[in-house]
Amino acid sequence: MEGIKVESASYSYDNGYTAVDNVSLEVKKGENLAIIGQNGAGKTTLVKMFNGLLRPQKGKIYVDNEDVSTMTVAQISRKVGYVFQNPGDQIFNPTVYDEIAYTPRYFKMEEKQVDAQVRSAAELCNIVGYLKLNPYDLPFSLRKFVTIASVIAMGTEHIILDEPTAGQDLFGLRQQKKIINALIGRGKTVITITHDMEFVADNFSRVVVMADKKIIADRTKREVFWDFEILEKSSIKQLYVSMLAKELGIPNHVISIDEFIDEVNRK
Amino acid sequence: MKALEVVNVTYKYPIAKENVLENISFSVNKGEFVAIVGRNGCGKTTLCNILRGFIPSFHKGKFKGNVLINEKDINEMSMGEIAVEVGFVFQNPFIQVSGVKNSVFHEVAYGLENLGMAREEIIERTDKILKDLKMDDLRDKHPVELSGGQRQRVALASVLVMDPNILIIDEPTSQLDPQSTEKVFEIIRLLKEKNKTIILVEHKIDLISEYADRVILIDNKKIVFDDLAKKVLARKEVMSYGVNLPQVAKAGIRFEEQTGQELDFIPSVLKDAISVFKKYV
Repeated sequence: MEGIKVESASYSYDNGYTAVDNVSLEVKKGENLAIIGQNGAGKTTLVKMFNGLLRPQKGKIYVDNEDVSTMTVAQISRKVGYVFQNPGDQIFNPTVYDEIAYTPRYFKMEEKQVDAQVRSAAELCNIVGYLKLNPYDLPFSLRKFVTIASVIAMGTEHIILDEPTAGQDLFGLRQQKKIINALIGRGKTVITITHDMEFVADNFSRVVVMADKKIIADRTKREVFWDFEILEKSSIKQLYVSMLAKELGIPNHVISIDEFIDEVNRK
Repeated sequence: MKALEVVNVTYKYPIAKENVLENISFSVNKGEFVAIVGRNGCGKTTLCNILRGFIPSFHKGKFKGNVLINEKDINEMSMGEIAVEVGFVFQNPFIQVSGVKNSVFHEVAYGLENLGMAREEIIERTDKILKDLKMDDLRDKHPVELSGGQRQRVALASVLVMDPNILIIDEPTSQLDPQSTEKVFEIIRLLKEKNKTIILVEHKIDLISEYADRVILIDNKKIVFDDLAKKVLARKEVMSYGVNLPQVAKAGIRFEEQTGQELDFIPSVLKDAISVFKKYV
């Protein structure tokens, strides 16, 4: 199977803290899924194992059928791109252009192709106007788009976005929706970690829920947002539109404004 | 009584070509909870820095206008006096944490130490705030070992422990999960009950609508809306400024557009939405 496969993986940090405990997951190439759950549930640790930044002490990770334990980080990074939660952990070049060009150049692409990759990624992320600037002169919210563009420019088939929605305004969220749709349109796999439940309901169908080092649910968003046991275990609040429907006694499991209005109109 | 007053403030950063804020005026009553919203880069953080006197004392630039704290001009107050009255929680918790203390307890107690408070009182107040914020388990951790979300709570605790009357809080929940976010809003509600004045910059609009009294929307250097949260967050135009609306308000607006029927009013909080939609189901 092309994609990412996790078989009973566990990871403990050097101080003995186990962050991910016996987790299994399959993500097919081209899938678009969200990972949600509390701070400290193990989301970031799990996805860092997908591209070899962390190596599981137990279990296996396969990317496109290859066991990643036999690959170097450089080899894996041609397949899986990871956008860090904190842009400061990722950015180190003096200009936005050089930051995005870094990996294509590292892969020894021709400068002409590097330029094409940089411009196409910058366009998709709507940051073409900032290419000559120092990334640290940009506000946090835009710096996040620099890191997303850098990973898109790597050209990997599988892309992981770690909390891209944090601190974004409505325009930023719409841009991210566009980016995700474009990547899916190109056949890429996109895995997004987020705390923004409205964004989850708007953009994904499959939702993986983590709590206390484990995956406690891997279902459709409708099932997740209406399963009160899952919501409680993962400390996730139902969408406001779902709460509204419930309070009004609408029996169907509403998860969007359009669905809500359809239900009201039907009465 | 007015806790804060901003009169005709215009500001331009030192090397900038254009003003970042122009002719901004508003006042905040003691005990009021005001949320400041607007697209990224619209000057919200700049305004926060003006409210605590950091602009123009540290960032020079071109500053015009007046800021009053408790009806006293900020120019006539020392940085120390301002700091006692106005607590400030930074947007980026990675900047706020001092880097000179090696446990969360000492980090949180740092401000009180600087005030020269008695040791027993420092310990008592620090313990209490860690307990109130349910951070007892982090007490002995090194601040650099904390996750983004944990740092954000430490930053908040180290300001709350000073017990200032006015709190300016810049995006305190950007790294937090929904439950921790709600906890922060609960803490803010408790502060409001203690008659503290709160200025909050936030994007999480569903929670702003549930908790804040008033919303100020800034765009293109100016205040676009300044009114009760319920009124501002029921206006469709808000979204054209890059600010989301509460889901229930969007549901109300879309219902009117699609059905041509007029609701009693566009709800911005869940409770109102239930009563408005009740007669249609």
